[in-house]
Amino acid sequence: MPLKLFLISSLVICVLSPFSAFGQKPDAYININEPSLRKIPLATPYFKAITGDATENRLSTESSDFMAKTLSFTGYFKIINREAFLENPRSKGIIAPNINFRNWTTIGAELLITGGVYYNAGVVEMELRLFDTFTGKLLIGKRYKSHADDQRRMILKFCNEVILKLTGQPGIFGSRIAFVSTVSGKKEIFVCEFDGHAPRQITRDKNIALSPAWSSDGRWLAYTSYARGKPDIYIKNLKQRRGAVISKRGTNATPAWMPGRFELAASLTFSGDPEIYLLTGNGKIIKKLTNKWGIDISPSWSPDGKKIAFVSNRSGSPQIYIKDIATGRTERLTYEGRYNTTPSWSPRGDYIAYTGSQNGVFDIYVIGVDGSLALQLTQDAGQNEAPTWSPDGSLIAFSSTREGPSRIYVMTASGTDQRRLLTLPGEQTNPKWSQRIGSN
Amino acid sequence: MKKKLWIAAALLLILPGMLLTVSCQSRTQVQQPTEPAEPGPTTDVTTPTTPEEPMEPSEPMIDTEDINERERMAMRNRFMNEDVYFEFDSSSLMPAAQRMLRMKADWLANNPDDTVIIEGHCDERGTNEYNLALGDRRAESCKAFLVNLGIASSRITTISYGEERPVDRDSNEEAWAKNRRAHFVIE
Repeated sequence: MPLKLFLISSLVICVLSPFSAFGQKPDAYININEPSLRKIPLATPYFKAITGDATENRLSTESSDFMAKTLSFTGYFKIINREAFLENPRSKGIIAPNINFRNWTTIGAELLITGGVYYNAGVVEMELRLFDTFTGKLLIGKRYKSHADDQRRMILKFCNEVILKLTGQPGIFGSRIAFVSTVSGKKEIFVCEFDGHAPRQITRDKNIALSPAWSSDGRWLAYTSYARGKPDIYIKNLKQRRGAVISKRGTNATPAWMPGRFELAASLTFSGDPEIYLLTGNGKIIKKLTNKWGIDISPSWSPDGKKIAFVSNRSGSPQIYIKDIATGRTERLTYEGRYNTTPSWSPRGDYIAYTGSQNGVFDIYVIGVDGSLALQLTQDAGQNEAPTWSPDGSLIAFSSTREGPSRIYVMTASGTDQRRLLTLPGEQTNPKWSQRIGSN
Repeated sequence: MKKKLWIAAALLLILPGMLLTVSCQSRTQVQQPTEPAEPGPTTDVTTPTTPEEPMEPSEPMIDTEDINERERMAMRNRFMNEDVYFEFDSSSLMPAAQRMLRMKADWLANNPDDTVIIEGHCDERGTNEYNLALGDRRAESCKAFLVNLGIASSRITTISYGEERPVDRDSNEEAWAKNRRAHFVIE
């Protein structure tokens, strides 16, 4: 019991302050090979096929594999190799009275998920249970029923429950990631699910499209496109055929939706100088947010919508600044290095991730909003750019050339578990993570 | 009676014809107003159009005009082919850039009917968002310099391509230096 409490509380602590482990050494670089938090050993045996027919067996294998992969994606868990199992719930049982929890604690599992799959005439029923193996206590028990092609959504629903139970906040499994990908050499906007699943091409301008940005409700995408021959901002409803274009003289770039509002910040150069403006979702200027000669670009909102972080070269090199919208006060955030760009404000509000450069090498960094604790999260792995936070603030997606062509990667907020999100032809850049959206 | 038949026959022939013309007319009438109603991106479009040259006479005459025209085209091509270069993360005009821009100003002064697009470009280093703004600044620096030399600002449009249109795709100093440029296109 105390062990379980420790487990859960350590998870919660990690979620609330991912950098606590580095609190004593603000200058320390993260060793990406050394996980900053202990992963919880989790056993995810194959689900039991209730009647044992072939479809059920296939569904059960696919679903349990997918669940393990999904939970592993969070970086919170160590999925125990099934070869090590002493007990097979596929043949034995999936409910507490039929489980010998000692068989699971012996192999180091602290959590166990069992499942049962029943298939009949195109309809799937799934029973999923999360157990604490030390107490044998059922933490979550859920039953889902839907069409057979909905197995992915059923598993994601359950995974969200698991994360909610263990961390106190919902999972990110309904979120999506927008990014730029080249198609026949032209840059287009794409959208995929949080794990890189089902990438979908959004623009077909056959030109240059850049910097996608999600509205809080996930219904709108704003992005820069040269569809009319020059950089304009397109505001597009993803479901309906409506939207607007910001097509002022010069460069219209880097839109960022204000949290919870149908308004966005963007950098426009029609005055002859790049300044950041606040605009309505229909593209009308509400007010000017920056007013300083030189480049002002790449705004990112604080989660409360009261401040923006942005890039300015007013000091002579690109650095990150924070502006309080109400007071008008602007403060410089970054001082290390001569090239700090693309700020991304964390959903918890306490950190800003950005692209920084040393000796011509670009890497992902995070820094406290008070300027404390600047940490380098990527190292010796190609050029790394454009960080974006998962909606719970536990993960960061970014682009990297570590394997040659630029691709989208994901890591935990402390820089561990760096992996490629998806593989597509061409090159992928500019990822932007949505808020939690969908039925989850 | 015969007359009536004639008229009926004539009507049979003419009426469909009239209907056809009416329907054609009405179609064109319906179509006309829709074209201007469409959002006109035309003024913003900057895709390089083929230069408007005077039509060559079908049998070119052999005289000095031909040579002048060739000379004019050579100068024009030179204007378009010679780029203005910049240092890394800078939109400042170095002495060489200023010399180049003075030549561009001369050409623009001698060709008062031409308008020009200045494209701002960057090398691949850094984030493409910042480079979009940097390319904008580079094009604007060139424009401001030309305007100071007396070229009407209405003749100059700027566009930034950031790091999106390199002339050299290599990743080395030589390629980067070539890519940090302002490129001139005659409209």
